[in-house]
Amino acid sequence: METIYLAIVLSPLIGSLLAGLFGKVIGRSGAHWVTIIGVAVSFVLSVYVFKHMVIDGGESFNGTVYTWMVAEGMRLEVGFLVDRLTVLMMMVVTFVSLMVHVYTVGYMHDDPGYQRFFSYISLFTFSMLMLVMSNNFMQLFFGWEAVGLVSYLLIGFWYKRPSAIYANLKAFLVNRVGDFGFLLGIAAIAMYFNTLDYAEVFAAAPSMSDATIEVFEGVPWSALTLICILLFIGAMGKSAQVPLHVWLPDSMEGPTPISALIHAATMVTAGIFMVARMSPLFELSETALSVVLVIGSITALFMGLLGLVQNDIKRVVAYSTLSQLGYMTVALGVSAYSAGIFHLMTHAFFKALLFLAAGSVIIAMHHEQDIRKMGGLKKYLPITYWTSLIGSLALIGFPGLAGFFSKDTIIEAVHASHIAGSGFAYVSVLLGVFVTALYSFRMFFLVFHTNERFDAHTREHLHEPPAVVTVPLILLAVPSVLAGYWIDPVVFGDYFGSAIQVSASHDVIGHLAEEFHGAAGFILHGIQGPAFWLAMAGLLTAWYVYTRQPDLANQARNRFSLVYRVLQNKYGFDRFNEIVFAGGARAVGWILWKLGDVLFIDGLLVNGSARVVGWFSGIVRHVQSGYLYHYAFSMIIGLLLLLWWTIGFVPNG
Amino acid sequence: MSELPILSIVIWLPIIGGLVVLAASECDCLNPRPIALGFAVLTFLLSLPLYTGFDVGTAAMQFEERASWIETFNIWYHLGVDGISMPLIILTTFTTVLVVLAGWEVIRKKPAQYFAAFLIMEGLMIGVFAALDAMLFYVFWEGMLIPMFLIIGVWGGPRRVYATIKFFLYTFLGSVFMLVALIYMYTRSGSFEILDFHVLRLGLTEQILIFIAFLMAFAVKVPMWPVHTWLPDAHVEAPTGGSVILAAIMLKIGGYGFLRFSLPITPDASNELDWLIIFMSLVAVVYIGFVALVQGDMKKLIAYSSIAHMGFVTLGFFLVYTLMDANGSTSGAVLGIEGGMVQMVSHGFISAAMFLCVGVLYDRMHSREISDYGGVANTMPVFAAFMMLFAMANAGLPGTSGFVGEFMVILASFKASFWIAFLAATTLILGAAYTLWMVKRVVFGDIANDKVAALKDINGREALILGSLAFMVLLLGLWPGPLVEVMEASVKNLVAHIAISKL
Repeated sequence: METIYLAIVLSPLIGSLLAGLFGKVIGRSGAHWVTIIGVAVSFVLSVYVFKHMVIDGGESFNGTVYTWMVAEGMRLEVGFLVDRLTVLMMMVVTFVSLMVHVYTVGYMHDDPGYQRFFSYISLFTFSMLMLVMSNNFMQLFFGWEAVGLVSYLLIGFWYKRPSAIYANLKAFLVNRVGDFGFLLGIAAIAMYFNTLDYAEVFAAAPSMSDATIEVFEGVPWSALTLICILLFIGAMGKSAQVPLHVWLPDSMEGPTPISALIHAATMVTAGIFMVARMSPLFELSETALSVVLVIGSITALFMGLLGLVQNDIKRVVAYSTLSQLGYMTVALGVSAYSAGIFHLMTHAFFKALLFLAAGSVIIAMHHEQDIRKMGGLKKYLPITYWTSLIGSLALIGFPGLAGFFSKDTIIEAVHASHIAGSGFAYVSVLLGVFVTALYSFRMFFLVFHTNERFDAHTREHLHEPPAVVTVPLILLAVPSVLAGYWIDPVVFGDYFGSAIQVSASHDVIGHLAEEFHGAAGFILHGIQGPAFWLAMAGLLTAWYVYTRQPDLANQARNRFSLVYRVLQNKYGFDRFNEIVFAGGARAVGWILWKLGDVLFIDGLLVNGSARVVGWFSGIVRHVQSGYLYHYAFSMIIGLLLLLWWTIGFVPNG
Repeated sequence: MSELPILSIVIWLPIIGGLVVLAASECDCLNPRPIALGFAVLTFLLSLPLYTGFDVGTAAMQFEERASWIETFNIWYHLGVDGISMPLIILTTFTTVLVVLAGWEVIRKKPAQYFAAFLIMEGLMIGVFAALDAMLFYVFWEGMLIPMFLIIGVWGGPRRVYATIKFFLYTFLGSVFMLVALIYMYTRSGSFEILDFHVLRLGLTEQILIFIAFLMAFAVKVPMWPVHTWLPDAHVEAPTGGSVILAAIMLKIGGYGFLRFSLPITPDASNELDWLIIFMSLVAVVYIGFVALVQGDMKKLIAYSSIAHMGFVTLGFFLVYTLMDANGSTSGAVLGIEGGMVQMVSHGFISAAMFLCVGVLYDRMHSREISDYGGVANTMPVFAAFMMLFAMANAGLPGTSGFVGEFMVILASFKASFWIAFLAATTLILGAAYTLWMVKRVVFGDIANDKVAALKDINGREALILGSLAFMVLLLGLWPGPLVEVMEASVKNLVAHIAISKL
């Protein structure tokens, strides 16, 4: 099996290297073939591993590939942990990646950086697999930063655009703020456990629950709480939780296929995956779980609200992603890890679908992204229309579709939880459901229904993109409908086994499982709950406001202009960061340089001492007058002084 | 093989090579470049047995050579290496090959003297790392400065005289105190053997004075804040090759000095004053990180970045006593020192690569100002890819060598104190900010002006240089095990030695 795991990881890497280093030799079609084959091999082998592990009941694998280094007795290794959590992530990553590879053939068809693009997305797939398959924190950090690197390269793929290279620098730096916490968390683990291997850390974790650390003197904190919060800061960066969410909307400057792959389906969920993987640690700290819960709830509701005022088709979907990531984080906060991972999976399918559908619209509209300039596209783009409808319904949690199962489970889990902050979280996620439905269908109606708001020239060329674009849409629509029915083993069954650990006092999922009697019953129960009716209300509001009474939206905007302005400014996060952090850092740097280095050290100390020497020698110079009697006189004086000093000669006795 | 005096060969072969190149320049028929390259490559190849024949199981000196030099003062020509010095010697021989290649077409003024200076300097720098007699060490230490002054003073930029004098005054001031300390210890022990100094009993006051004398010499070399201001000026005025050697090797000599002299000779003074070193190191990481952010000159920016990265080296070296205070054991100290060592080697590759990248641009545009560039990726895609890789390595991306040392030092410093680790880890943000902001303004964007539009991508020679550095950066990042293994025994021995008070 070890060979298979290696092949899963390495085949996208080989594809990436071939396309990247020999792109000119193998040409455009060569580049897409090697990378597509590389990822396809990964996908097929992942399916095989899934069959082996889940259907045939094979053992999970935990082994070392090679020893990275041994320092002071601590072995740092590169290795794989493949259990049921891993294999689920592998399936999602390789499947969505494969769809995006195929889609890219159409989307990037005329781009001069064609080979480079394929090289990057395959490199991403490699990095993401390294991240999810890791069996230790060092390699986790490697994958973590490597996906960040590829994200940086891809957001800035069109490097001539000032907005793109602004966005990619911002993304990297904001992620680095998260990684700063993450690395400190890893350092804390190394200190308390003296190993970075998952299995050893998890095994030793319960005995560490009383360990304390005094970050501030005299204030002992639980070491595990500190570790979990530091790790979660990393997750906040990668999974774009408030206040480290600011990079994700800007990341839409990158080409649409990577928005689907990296900034919706896979990379941004790395934080969710990481916390679920660390469940044996997080379960030991209720404080950390509450922090996770509150941050997640804020993200789920308030980022969704921002989606209401966006007019760029991709940015609407981006804010939707932020909000959905908030839902997943909320699930983690109430210890419903399996529900969080389940939502991660269903979201990967329908959000990738929505992004790729948005990309399809963008191609058809000749790279117009403003939904105010679209309208009535239903008849021109039937496949895109129907798949988008499926994606949107799945997103808002329409009964029977994938998102319904995963989101309803999360809401129920929050309802059942008693951890601090769960009351706030419950209100947030419920209101979030209404908001989700409203922004999703606002966009849907403005794009596909309503009157056409584009010129005749655009209309002439308006047609459904080629099969390489539409086939991935259809293939993603299938799991967007069906994946939810897998809820029984994944969430309520024992799918994850020992991969996820929940302590009995937080086990909300176990509590819900007692009342679970099959998918049909779950749907029936769901449509009696408030979430369903809030979603329907949102959908109907969107329909009424944007198709029947278009003036209503403008009136509401004028009536609540203050709220609107706050939303338009995205609560002011960007301005604040721009002024305080970006501007502040430059100002501090400038002051330290000009005052510290140039004025004080160089001006005062270095050149100053040179000047003192010059000044001193300027005075001493006068002694060397060249007159003999000056010298004779000073010799006599000197002699007298010497005598006085040696024999205590005093003239007056 | 072990019968051959390898250390003497790798010291004197390049020096002889330098003289040969000088002699050859007397007759116009000979091209100095291939001769210099031949000697550099040969020296590199001959230095490899130091690694392949190295016994990782012992902390004792290996490849030792000993001959009487000045009998009156009991001064010996004594050479030898352990796991601390050996990697630095190979780094030196490797880098010199690249430097000779880098000057191939660019140096038109007195090429023979230029290459000769680098070859002679190579021998002297290896001498510094290999010397086990303090006087021999001092001779090499001072000797290597002469070619460096010449390189900056003759082939440097417009303000080269100012930079050379500043460089000379700073380093000379430090060295004088070190000489006094060495002579004092000679009067106490009757020999100049460094290993005898290690076991020499010294009182606390003596130790503190000696420690400060060494600190002045080594802190200037590293350079540590606040005696760092010579470095940006020296780098800006130095030709590319000079910057590469300065950053890749010369700074390491300061770090090496702390491990070979300060810590083992004056452990109690180190214990007393470690807070000062840790403070200066953290200032280097944070303060210098901010200063680097606002530099408009690429070479200055990289010079400041070097200071910040060297802060990790000195931080890692001096964690041991804080660790003992915090946990009652030296656990983490080996990790910290090894991290500092890895950081030195890695910084050798990365800073060399960064300066060479700037050199590639400077050769074409004759400007180091960031604002003169923009959109270089459009005209030099291969170069842009290399620059991106090295920038990421400079920002400490895992998978590159830049990550390994910082990671180890942060892990070790967390054991000492949360706040030391906290401040050190800010490099994750600052390092990425100043490096990638520069890349954004230089490499990315639309073509900024006609000069950028006319740029030609790197040629085969430049690709070879950058490619071999890229290989090393990735190799060390993906598999640092062998390097750490080489130094493990020596560092463990060192930690055991310095944990015991001499009082």
